[in-house]
Amino acid sequence: MSGPDAPWAPAGRSSPDPQVTAGLGGDWQRLHPLSPLVRAGRGVIALLAILIIPTLSSQKGSVGNDLGHLGLLVVIFVVGLISWLVTRWRVEDGVLRVESGLIRRTSERFPLSQIQAIDTVRPGLARVFGLAELRIRLAGGSGKAGRLAYLTNAEAETLRARLLALSHGVAETTPPAAERTLLSVPPGRLLASMLLSGTGLVLELVIVALVVLAIVAPGIEAAALSVGAVGLFGFVFGLARRFNGSYRLTVADASDGLHLRSGLVETSAETIPRGRIQAIRMIEPVAWRLFGWCRLEVNVAGQKSKGRQDRAQRKATRALLPVGSREQADLLLARVFPGAPEQRLAPPARARWKSPLRFRYLSWGANERYAVTTSGRLRRVTDWVPLAKVQSIRQVEGPIQRRLRLSSIHLDTAGQKVHAVLRDRDRAEGVKLLAQLPDRCRHARRLEEERRGDLGRLM
Amino acid sequence: MPLGIVAGMAVEEELNEDALNWNAPSPRLRVLRHYEVAGATLISLILAVAVTVALGAGVVVAVVVVVALVLAGSIADLVAGRRVRAWGYAERAEDLLVRRGVMFRRLSVIPYGRMQYVEVTAGPFERAFGLATLQMHTAAAASDARIPGLPAEEAGRLRDQLTSLGETHAMGL
Repeated sequence: MSGPDAPWAPAGRSSPDPQVTAGLGGDWQRLHPLSPLVRAGRGVIALLAILIIPTLSSQKGSVGNDLGHLGLLVVIFVVGLISWLVTRWRVEDGVLRVESGLIRRTSERFPLSQIQAIDTVRPGLARVFGLAELRIRLAGGSGKAGRLAYLTNAEAETLRARLLALSHGVAETTPPAAERTLLSVPPGRLLASMLLSGTGLVLELVIVALVVLAIVAPGIEAAALSVGAVGLFGFVFGLARRFNGSYRLTVADASDGLHLRSGLVETSAETIPRGRIQAIRMIEPVAWRLFGWCRLEVNVAGQKSKGRQDRAQRKATRALLPVGSREQADLLLARVFPGAPEQRLAPPARARWKSPLRFRYLSWGANERYAVTTSGRLRRVTDWVPLAKVQSIRQVEGPIQRRLRLSSIHLDTAGQKVHAVLRDRDRAEGVKLLAQLPDRCRHARRLEEERRGDLGRLM
Repeated sequence: MPLGIVAGMAVEEELNEDALNWNAPSPRLRVLRHYEVAGATLISLILAVAVTVALGAGVVVAVVVVVALVLAGSIADLVAGRRVRAWGYAERAEDLLVRRGVMFRRLSVIPYGRMQYVEVTAGPFERAFGLATLQMHTAAAASDARIPGLPAEEAGRLRDQLTSLGETHAMGL
């Protein structure tokens, strides 16, 4: 293979990479033959190990049992083979088409002109075989993502570069957008932050309790351990996944958005287009405040749909900053939401009766373009929402709030992680806000459009 | 709850600048809710009586259970009635207002331009009453724009109107 810098040849010219160019030229392409195996992942490997090892080690095992195992293996192999055979993709007339399924055939079309970003994901097993998955994310509300899982590394890189080039309508030899590394998360700090996080602290407490129990009363040790271990497993697994997802995370700034790269076992490279960020949440857990650490999460548009594909997509959009100093958070914030408001308004003092724990953190502020709200009981949570991205506005008044003449205003944005609430405001203020905010949002949207128009003219 | 009523009026006054007229769900929704509560009460009554008989409990227990269930049913009916009355929607120049709730009062403002699609559903009971539920979806899952108990033709009209308004105001994400 001649690599990504090979000239893009229309069908007929000397094609540098028969596999990829054939796909772009319009012929149907298959994924890598090992794809079903990698996609099934650990499950199949474990099953194979369970089935094969006893068969190999016990020569005189019952023949019927062995035949059964063999049959199961054949079935698994055939299912994998069929799923590989029926899945194919090609690029024609500026549209990427992916077809899959034997009985229920699905055919997906991804117009190249709408491509917003292409992410590369490599699970541990895929890395062993030198494979990679391409996730093609489209602009627009649907948030549909196309998956090509799996291609060889070289194939994936070439195809990614060419699809992006085609989608931007530039020569495919154009070098990728220049990027500037903003920050990276040291593994030591990541580990420390996870040990100090809520889940981590609970886990440590349980382990200490188990150890103490084992020393004080050795008799019930086994029983307690077995019960505890089952409970711990889920925790540990979740933490391990988070650790992997954020391991050596680097954030880089480029013209097409923020580039995130991370991973220990499963590595992924992801692009978050700046205009697609709907809201940012900063979380400062109690224990982290000793070190002045915080965590940044973003809401990205188009994550509302449900289903299998969406789960993979949601997993891919990790924290923007799993752990970092306030300076780092401010740096990122300034990149994504320049000119976020500083001013904060506290709620009326009587809100203390309704939210005794939250009260000291409650506030909100806004300027022409952004609204910011703070809340949180033990940990402090700050949400930034561009008024231009607000989807709907709700006023909610619970029974206690009604007696205290308070009400909350919710600013709904697309995405799941961030939910900005102007909690426990004075009712008169809430009513006024509900009357004003829709117009302020419209105004912010007009500003945003003008700004985008200016950018368009500059480019 | 006098304070609650005051709050509702205050909201209306503040938003009243462009002559707001609130529409309510069809009165048939109230009737439908009567039937629903009655049906649920009846089913639980039958089950309760069957269980008391099966357990061989005394007449006193049976009477107490029946009275308690009937009481619960009437309270549920009152609550359902208040919730139906609390529901309302108003079409403004650029957004739709939906209010609802008795204990937790909610008032949502959904700009037409944010609408992704409108959904009109009608279950078998709703259909029997000629009613339909309209829901406006935005990109945000939390957006709360559901209006139950609309007469079928009104639901159709509102759907068409919202769709065309959504097209003219469309602003993407």
